[in-house]
Amino acid sequence: MNLPAIRPRFAIAGPPNCGKTALFNALTGSRQKVANYSGVTVERKTGVARLATGTEIDLVDLPGTHSLRARSPDEEVTRDVILGRRPGEPVPDLLIAVVDASSPKTGLRLAMELVTVGLPMIVVFNMIDIARHRGIEIDTAAMQDKLGVPVVTANSVRKGGLDALLAQLQATLDEGVPPAGENLWNPPSASDLRQSHREADRLIASAITLPPEPDTLTHKIDKVLLHPVLGLVCLLVILFLMFQAVFSWAQPAMDVIDAAFTALGQAISTHLPDGILRSFLLDAVIAGVGGVIVFLPQILVLFLFILLLEDLGYMARAAFLMDKIMGGAGLHGRAFIPLLSSFACAVPGIMSARVIENRRDRLTTILVAPLMTCSARIPVYTLIIAAFIPARPVLGVLNLQGLVMFVLYVAGIASALAVSFAAKMLVWRHTPSPPFMLDLPDYKMPRLKSVAIGLWQRARAFLRRAGTTIFTMTVLIWVLATLPGAPPGATQPAIYYSFAAWLGHLLEPILAPIGFNWQISVALIPGMAAREIAVSGLATVYAVGGDGANLGSVLAHNWSLATALSLLVWYIFAPQCISTLAVIRRETGGQRWMWATFAYMFALAWIGSFLIYNGAVAMGWG
Amino acid sequence: MITPAHPDRRPGQNPEAPCPLGSLHRGYSGHVHHISASHDTGALPPEELERRLIELGFVEGARVRILHEGLFGRDPIAVQVNGATVALRRREAMAILVS
Repeated sequence: MNLPAIRPRFAIAGPPNCGKTALFNALTGSRQKVANYSGVTVERKTGVARLATGTEIDLVDLPGTHSLRARSPDEEVTRDVILGRRPGEPVPDLLIAVVDASSPKTGLRLAMELVTVGLPMIVVFNMIDIARHRGIEIDTAAMQDKLGVPVVTANSVRKGGLDALLAQLQATLDEGVPPAGENLWNPPSASDLRQSHREADRLIASAITLPPEPDTLTHKIDKVLLHPVLGLVCLLVILFLMFQAVFSWAQPAMDVIDAAFTALGQAISTHLPDGILRSFLLDAVIAGVGGVIVFLPQILVLFLFILLLEDLGYMARAAFLMDKIMGGAGLHGRAFIPLLSSFACAVPGIMSARVIENRRDRLTTILVAPLMTCSARIPVYTLIIAAFIPARPVLGVLNLQGLVMFVLYVAGIASALAVSFAAKMLVWRHTPSPPFMLDLPDYKMPRLKSVAIGLWQRARAFLRRAGTTIFTMTVLIWVLATLPGAPPGATQPAIYYSFAAWLGHLLEPILAPIGFNWQISVALIPGMAAREIAVSGLATVYAVGGDGANLGSVLAHNWSLATALSLLVWYIFAPQCISTLAVIRRETGGQRWMWATFAYMFALAWIGSFLIYNGAVAMGWG
Repeated sequence: MITPAHPDRRPGQNPEAPCPLGSLHRGYSGHVHHISASHDTGALPPEELERRLIELGFVEGARVRILHEGLFGRDPIAVQVNGATVALRRREAMAILVS
């Protein structure tokens, strides 16, 4: 276990919202690694904490859980790691049980349960600054006496807030981490749980001074935010602001990135001779990868809102407000959070569906999450709308382009509700709907550092994808569109003789009825990897084909309005994202639901596009 | 606000007849009398529902107050149990008898 050559391995456990991750971040700083536990997409966060003496500790941040009686996949991971049931995952040498000092009961009950496992343990009353501000005092000596393990207070934001914890860790290491005792944990019965409540109450009464009045600020805010009518209005306003911000705040940063890539492209065209290298750099690297990185600001603004709302404690309120409305469509109130995250990207959205305890609810949420308009669709929508929809005022205040974008978002939401309703009627007819029960935590000011770390992780993931998957796919399209080159005496541009054209023509029988030409078909093939690649794909195909610099005007020149509308509808539904399908497969534990998702989305996409294309042609827009 | 369980509120000693929490309205304030989960109170097996409700804090003697109701069918409800606030649907709240 604690051999001198091997770093000791400590695990942090605690209920959700107890500031566990902030504590982990403060202890490890940038020395952390985020991966997945094998076989599941539960995040496995590890890091190295360095004490003042230079001693290093391996820290594991376990997923939040209320008790070892795990009910959802990520709670199961925590239980299995602590009980040593997870293959390949060594039992931690010591547990750091985190309790939210401002509302200690949940965390304290978990800590008391963890004591029975027999592992060496330190209990940390976290966010002590907030607790003191509310008039809560914790007698750590009395608590330590009652629990039989060291107890310290901490706060992860202020300088010096971790001193007591660090000193305790050092002291424990100096004495040598004791070996694990006997594991006395058993799944608790209802009467065990009643007993544990009474014990926790006794412990709180003897060692914690509570203020005469509980936190009233949360209640005052909730009077408005959970009001039956005002609450829903506020939720709509928040969502409206969020999407407004995505499109307006991000614009300046997007312009800067766009200008940088344009300048880079110009530098390349002036300094490099015309040839295959220049074509590669301009048509594949700049047009392809640059065309996708431009959307980083929008994705970050969206994630900023989601992280802030989560840290603030609002997400549970949103679930409360939406439960009945979504319940009508066969969705659980908690599905609101995964579905909202899916507006940024379906992959984290589907992963966050793990908080839904019931399998039926989780599957329905996963099934419809890819229909929410993810940020990868934004490039495609923006391109086509700018090229085909005139910026005409509607009813004086609205803009026709903005209105079309809004309709596309609404179509995504409406189809998600319709599909889950259909699933409720067809698949789940005989299963009664599972319960909706959740804690509404007190509001807390988000910790900027945590939000910043969260945003940084999202940005890094996106850039890595742009540098790997998207880059590879763009290069592939470029190769397909460039080779084998025009035969001698060719009358058409070289791209007409390329592999891409051949592939596009091969797909034409399927895609011609919905108005797609072979260029679109070519762009859709690598667009399977990620939706936004279709934009760089189109850019590359038309750039190699020798059309002008501005893709929008090229499209407006080459496509009919019916084709453009058909492609917009296609993008509402089409299952064009390998990452999403892969994550569905992993989260549902098999191929069945992945193929089900692929099939229903493909069918909806084709039928929807067929109807809109033929409708538009009939209107004379063909 | 966390208060110790009330020793004077044991089942049988209360003169008022217990009533399901799920049938009460915003502003109601009282104590948990007992939990009575059955097959009508949701999709969960009764003893599992009982354990979940206890885990949320609905133990005998706990002070409860209905703080908020949803817009449609006044469902779900937000209930203050001792210090914490929890949200649940009326169907499951029918298993919580209060007085």
